[in-house]
Amino acid sequence: MIVRDVIDILEAEVVYEADLDAEILSACGSDMMSDVLAFVKDQSVLLTGLVNPQVVRTADMMDMHCIVFVRGKSPDQTIIDLAKERGITILKSRFRMFTACGRLYDAGLRGGCDI
Amino acid sequence: MAGLKLTYDISSAEDDFTRAGEASGSVKKKLRQIGYNPEAIRKVSIAMYEGEINVAIHAGGGKAQVEIAPDAVTMVLIDHGPGIADVEKAMQEGWSTAPQEVRNLGFGAGMGLPNMKKYTDSMEIETEVGKGTTITMVVKA
Repeated sequence: MIVRDVIDILEAEVVYEADLDAEILSACGSDMMSDVLAFVKDQSVLLTGLVNPQVVRTADMMDMHCIVFVRGKSPDQTIIDLAKERGITILKSRFRMFTACGRLYDAGLRGGCDI
Repeated sequence: MAGLKLTYDISSAEDDFTRAGEASGSVKKKLRQIGYNPEAIRKVSIAMYEGEINVAIHAGGGKAQVEIAPDAVTMVLIDHGPGIADVEKAMQEGWSTAPQEVRNLGFGAGMGLPNMKKYTDSMEIETEVGKGTTITMVVKA
C-alpha cells in the first residue's frame, strides 16, 4: 500500500502533499501521543483526532510518512508548515477514528505489532 | 569521550506548546547529518522528545544538554520544576499526575518516563521535591 491508496480508502482530502508514493507498512490510530511513541515498528501512518503541532513532531520522531486527521478535523497553518518542513503528507478524512482504522484494516493494513 | 556538545532551552508548555519538541527535532536532524546509526537516532529522538515534553508540561521549561560521541549519545534534561515525589510510581506505565489540560494535548498518559527508560541504555533520575529534576539518558550507537 502507498499513500495514494490511503487517500482512496479514506476518501481523504490532501491538505499537504509530500511523497504520495511512499510505502505504507503499518498504521497506528491514537489521540495519545505517548501511546504512539511506545511502539516502534515502522508505523508509516498515524490516524488521530488530536489537532496540534505535537502530532507532526510525534510522527517525525517515528519516521512516519503520513498523518490522517479523522472526523474532518482541519489542521491549522502551524501544523501544515511543520509537516512541510518534515516532509510528511497531511490528509483529512471525514470518517471517524473507528471507521477510518477499520477501512484500512479491511484493505490489508495492520498495526505492525502482535497486539 | 569528547563529542559534539549541544545546549537547548526548553520553553514552558504554557508559554508555547508549539515549540515543545524543537530541541529533539534538531538533535535528530543533526544525527542524520552526521550519518549516525538509524536505530540509535530513533531511540534518541523518542526518549528526548518524551523528556522534553515532560520538562515543558510539568516543570515550566528547562534546559537540555546533548553530547554526541561516536559510541553514544548522552542527553541531560535539567529543570527547576516541582520534582518527582515518587519516582517508583512515576516509572509505572499509566501512572500520571498530569492535569486534564495536558491530556487534552495528547500527553500525560503515564507513558513518558517508561518510554524514556525503554528506549535508552541507561537512565538516571536525580530529583528533589520543590527543587527540580535532572535526568541523564544514554543511548549507545
